[in-house]
Amino acid sequence: MGTEKTIHLIITRQKDAQSAPYTEEFMVPYRSNMNIISSLMEIQKNPVNAKGEKTTPVIWESVCLEEVCGACSMVINGKPRQACSSLIDQLDQPIHIAPLATFPVMRDLMIDRSWMFNALKKVKAWIPIDGTHDLGPGPRMPEKTRQWAYELSKCMTCGCCLEACPNVNEKSNFIGPAPLSQVRLFNAHPTGAMHKEERLLAIMGEGGLTSCGNSQNCVEVCPKGIPLTTSIADLNRQTTIQSLKNFFG
Amino acid sequence: MESGKNQHFYRKLHSLLGIIPVGVFMTVHLCVNYSATYGIDSYNKAADFMVNLPFKYFLELFIIFIPLLFHGVYGIFIARQAKNNVTRYGFFRNWKFFLQRITGLIAFAFIIWHIWETKIQVEFNGIEANYNLMADIVDNGISLALYIIGIVSCIYHFVNGIWTFLITWGITVSPKSQKVTQYIAIGLFIALSFIGIRAILAFA
Repeated sequence: MGTEKTIHLIITRQKDAQSAPYTEEFMVPYRSNMNIISSLMEIQKNPVNAKGEKTTPVIWESVCLEEVCGACSMVINGKPRQACSSLIDQLDQPIHIAPLATFPVMRDLMIDRSWMFNALKKVKAWIPIDGTHDLGPGPRMPEKTRQWAYELSKCMTCGCCLEACPNVNEKSNFIGPAPLSQVRLFNAHPTGAMHKEERLLAIMGEGGLTSCGNSQNCVEVCPKGIPLTTSIADLNRQTTIQSLKNFFG
Repeated sequence: MESGKNQHFYRKLHSLLGIIPVGVFMTVHLCVNYSATYGIDSYNKAADFMVNLPFKYFLELFIIFIPLLFHGVYGIFIARQAKNNVTRYGFFRNWKFFLQRITGLIAFAFIIWHIWETKIQVEFNGIEANYNLMADIVDNGISLALYIIGIVSCIYHFVNGIWTFLITWGITVSPKSQKVTQYIAIGLFIALSFIGIRAILAFA
């Protein structure tokens, strides 16, 4: 048998929401086909750091393990991405893991993404279909529209785009690219379009669409390859037209 | 400053004013300067034409100073909101975003200095706006270097501002159109930099 292979992890940790971050190193036994989640599970099984000291297990969040839920976003080797789809064999070691610090860090790699969910509420990222009686099937969506709208619907509110955006930070109240793209998605839906104006007015306020500075980092880091900057530019057109309507009637 | 609900209007106005009238004025200004490469008399004639335009104060106020002041002050407010991250995300467009803010700040300081040394001296100290005024300013290497940095910063800020204006107003939506306008902006940057630098060197 050959020598035991190990994975070298350098993790940015934090005891609680108030305390200062620190780094801790771990040497985790290697198995084939591991990802970041299974490496963290090894630490959970045996919470001993690289110096051989007993420590607390590293806390993280994950749900689906197939890159559709958005819960396990982390900064892995400097890039915001999903821990589940980050395969050990494809990463340079030592592997640096840090939380998405644009969001409030709760503990270790666990962050509070409610900023984004509140933004989705602000921009009314849904389609109201309830009535007191049967409203019928609603208008059909053209196939051509469906094709690109489907791409936008892949957004899992993971927060990678907000992490990479230089205009999402404590000095600004920019809601970020992800919720904006959802406005375009729901405005494109034939039933959703009935509430188009409400969504546009919501993103025309403070911290809305025009807080974008066109650095276009969002589209570079999006794990789902969503054309976020096309969404933003398209919304710029929609809001330009909307503002003319608002003023001239 | 942000005025809550009106942010959309102010940001789009800020973007537009950078092109019309401020950027257009700058282009005219650079072309007037370029006449210095034809000789001292040519420049003095061109400068004389600009100085003696009818309704000059009105034109200056509404085509230059009010839009420029709004664009500059609001721009500093916008620049301060960014937390630049080019070291972590070294993408080309992120660098452009960063440089747009840096050149904006340089342009702001440069234009104050430039107005002080030319406009203020002409209006309040009775100095004549001609070739010699500029030749005296860029007489030393440091001033000339600062002028070149200032001019190139203004030009970068303008051409990249055209690119972002087209996105901000929703004109270039597709990635393809944004790429084409990017190439046009690079071409314009080279052309205007040539005009601007060659013109200032005619005074040195």
